[in-house]
Amino acid sequence: MDLAILNQKLTGAFSGMAYSTAEACGQATVEVPADRVKDVLKFLRDDADLQFDMLLDVTAVDYPARTPRFEIVYILVSTERRHRIRIKTRIEDGRALQTVSDLWRSADWGERECFDMFGIRFDGHPNLKRILNPDNFYGYPLRKTYPLRGERDPAFLDYKETEPA
Amino acid sequence: MGLLEYKFEENIILTRVDWFLNWARKSSLWPMTFGLACCAIEMMATGASRFDLDRFGAGAFRATPRQADLMIVAGTVTLKMAPCVRRLYDQMPEPRYVIAMGACTIGGGPYAIHGYHVLKGVDLIVPVDVYVPGCPPRPEALIDGIRKLQEKVQAQGVLVRPAHPAQNAADHVLEFGRMDAVRVKWDEKLKSGGLTPQDEDARLEEQKEKEKQAASKA
Repeated sequence: MDLAILNQKLTGAFSGMAYSTAEACGQATVEVPADRVKDVLKFLRDDADLQFDMLLDVTAVDYPARTPRFEIVYILVSTERRHRIRIKTRIEDGRALQTVSDLWRSADWGERECFDMFGIRFDGHPNLKRILNPDNFYGYPLRKTYPLRGERDPAFLDYKETEPA
Repeated sequence: MGLLEYKFEENIILTRVDWFLNWARKSSLWPMTFGLACCAIEMMATGASRFDLDRFGAGAFRATPRQADLMIVAGTVTLKMAPCVRRLYDQMPEPRYVIAMGACTIGGGPYAIHGYHVLKGVDLIVPVDVYVPGCPPRPEALIDGIRKLQEKVQAQGVLVRPAHPAQNAADHVLEFGRMDAVRVKWDEKLKSGGLTPQDEDARLEEQKEKEKQAASKA
């Protein structure tokens, strides 16, 4: 994905939105504010020159030291135009994102996994419950604060997560 | 044969009922088609032509627990899968046997210490007859395990199964239940902070209710 074209497209469509772009290993990355991410994703899907028709993955990264603690990563592929892009956004613990499962069906399970492993809520998701862990599981195991040995860890007794709002 | 010799027509073989029934049982152990992880690949190889499990009468993998004698637990048993494993075992008719194949099913394997999602040994939920170590075990090892199981079957009485430390299934249910009890305790502790998965579910339910009401108003 050519960054120049992307910049031109994004500034044209979202004037006034603060975003940043970067390129690593030939793959473009765009970081956008959390409240605009769904609009950007919808634009990337529907624009005739971009046509990102496939959502490969929705996942998250936990940075406990940062103030917006979580980074949500969307990886998009265009099977028509043969390019791909990585969209990132940052979100504070307890805040919810808009679901994109109505844009791509594959977001359904990706967002459920995000919820299961990181406790990130997605507003408007049709079936936001645990997907990989048992239903009576407590905690979000891919958070850096989760006790290493799970329920058998002595630290588990003191382990508490703030509930996502 | 002593006294009985030459008292019958030729081609009649005398044997014990125990021995005969056990021989029939051990020579047609039907395993269940049931693979959980990478060990299942080795199990499939064992059943296929190169290692040919049919030589030991144990190659007829059944697609349902109701027709199976033997459950080869091949692979990591996750906490989410554990109740399903138990249910499959419960659906098998007696006499039933279990082989724990691989390090994960024996004691958690590489997840024994740091796995938050893995049952630390399938013998916590079902009684295991033969343990086959390895990660994953070679097909020869699995065949050896099945031979060992056949020896075990041959040695048992028809009416009375030999005592087995893991025989009493109820104990294992309790054992499994105890994990849940521990969970409940933790839940209680966490509930003082208003933070349990149940509360989350209740919240989700409330949210759905509100959405429904809002939708009906609109």
